[in-house]
Amino acid sequence: MTVPVVDRAGLPVAARPDWRWRSGGERDLRSVPVLVSLVVLALVFQALNGAYLSADNLVNMTLQASTTGILTLGVVLVLMVGQIDLSVGAVSGLSAAIVAVGVVRAGWPLAVALVAAVLAGAALGAGYGWMFTRLGVPSFVITLVGLMVGVGLQMQVLAPTASLNLPYESALVRFSQESFLHPVASLAVVGAVVVGVTVAGLRDRRRRRAAELPAPSLAEIAARAGVLAVGLGLPVWYLNTSRGIGGMVAVFLGLVWVADVALRRTRWGRSVRAIGSNVESARRAGFAVRRVYLSAFTACAALAAVAGVLSAGRLAAANQGAGGADLTLTAIAAAVIGGTSLFGGRGSAWSAVLGVAVVHAIGSGLTLVNADGSLRYIVTGLVLALAVTVDALSRRSRLVGR
Amino acid sequence: MTHPPVMSLRGITHSFGAVRALVDVDLDVHAHEVVAVVGDNGAGKSTLVAVLAGALVPDAGEVVVDGQEVLLRSPGLARQLGVATVFQDLALCEDLDVVENVFLGQELRRGPLLDEVAMEREAQRLLAQLAARVPSVRAPVSELSGGQRQAVAVARALVGEPRVLVLDEPTASLGVTQTAEVLNLVERVRDRGYGVVLVSQNMADVQAVADRVVVLRRGRVNGVFDGETASYEEIIAAITGVVPNRAGGAR
Repeated sequence: MTVPVVDRAGLPVAARPDWRWRSGGERDLRSVPVLVSLVVLALVFQALNGAYLSADNLVNMTLQASTTGILTLGVVLVLMVGQIDLSVGAVSGLSAAIVAVGVVRAGWPLAVALVAAVLAGAALGAGYGWMFTRLGVPSFVITLVGLMVGVGLQMQVLAPTASLNLPYESALVRFSQESFLHPVASLAVVGAVVVGVTVAGLRDRRRRRAAELPAPSLAEIAARAGVLAVGLGLPVWYLNTSRGIGGMVAVFLGLVWVADVALRRTRWGRSVRAIGSNVESARRAGFAVRRVYLSAFTACAALAAVAGVLSAGRLAAANQGAGGADLTLTAIAAAVIGGTSLFGGRGSAWSAVLGVAVVHAIGSGLTLVNADGSLRYIVTGLVLALAVTVDALSRRSRLVGR
Repeated sequence: MTHPPVMSLRGITHSFGAVRALVDVDLDVHAHEVVAVVGDNGAGKSTLVAVLAGALVPDAGEVVVDGQEVLLRSPGLARQLGVATVFQDLALCEDLDVVENVFLGQELRRGPLLDEVAMEREAQRLLAQLAARVPSVRAPVSELSGGQRQAVAVARALVGEPRVLVLDEPTASLGVTQTAEVLNLVERVRDRGYGVVLVSQNMADVQAVADRVVVLRRGRVNGVFDGETASYEEIIAAITGVVPNRAGGAR
């Protein structure tokens, strides 16, 4: 075997730093504690109530989790730039009210009402972004103001009543409550994802080898495909023994996928993480910092509006209580539990999935064992405290470890 | 050196209100040369760095790059014209990895998506050029030592092949080993043909690597010395304005 002495760039191979392949590996490891705690939760609650892991209950859980999950995804975006949005619950309640009033009282076509609701949310978010970037008001104050204004607007829109029912034959209600992916279609999606990820992995491997960069082995790629096939296929198959994958769940996962690609693979995503990590460095690197903040706040509020619309469909009603304060805190808790840092810069779109899975695993479990509703708040609160503590400690060790 | 300088400053003058920060400063930088700019606090070093970086447009004077008179109106423009500056605080993002930091704000793309392979390869090439030892180009910068961070910041400045590299106090916060590492880095950058402006307060560093030493005092150039032959005392005298044992202390 001949050992090349000089690489393509004309540099002696010995001078090249010796680093190993580790792209992605670290990120995967970060979610391990959350996955372990999900397994523990599942085992404990299953032992307490045999119905916990039934397909029926899991389908219910995914349906409940998907609206919270969309809210959480928005919160993740704002946390990634190092800011916060305390008004996502109120914005979702407002958008639910707009859809219901638009369809039932004003007689708008559903599509118009949906667009109006999401635009209203996005406009609020853009307002936060403007106040934050131009006037320098801290985001927690702006969004606290947004929360109060949002709740007030929600009441005004719904007035004179406190709630408004959507007709059951409305397409929105049907979609949220009754649409499920066909079992064959859902498995086909799983297959497409596995094939797509594998093909992308092989192409990446080829390019990396051509560039003489460390590349994953074929065995690693195959193992990844296998884990993905089992990890996605098995749950989907199991859920299909009941009603299957809900339309809302598919919307949620699709949004997460889009956000994940945007965060990891685009210049915008790079600027989001750079700003969350160090605003001044990002500004000097030439990123349009104000525009990125504006886009994060706008996307967060628009996602909150989408969540509100879907939950209105699921309840077939909009009411004053929709999107109460605990919904916002649940979404923020889920984002942090899922692994997005409160201090900005670190996190991923998939933390929304992991986070809501934990929160709803606890919620559903406590309901099934007939625990008092108060207990759910306390337990979720304590889990949030734990996640934030881990976040703060890991940040401190990074800062001290220089 | 028979070649014309890659960059020249002519008569740079700038005032902040009543304070004359720079007065009629001339500075030439050649390829393959380290020019050290030294001076006491308030001598105008930071103002000069700001002018070179394009962060500050001086009241008067001209900047000539490659024989063309240019106006360094913004940091981006200065970079485009081939003058790259590494600031004292390095302006890195701790949570981002080495490749991401090297290409921060100048990412390579394939279609709408980032081209990680090309960026990783180029980052690897730049760091190898600097013989920088980094645990992994995919390690977050928070895991790196001060000297390694400096290497990352210099690698970033070298993206896009500048002509002149300006280093602002690159060793100010470093220990002995890491300082030596950074000075090696400076020499390697010079040996690859760049012109280097090293702004420093540390005379030992300056004497170790500088080919020429330009002393600033109260905003003026108070002496230009050959890095090889100038003595420590001569340079210190120019910095402080005290002429040592000569002609009865005349100034």
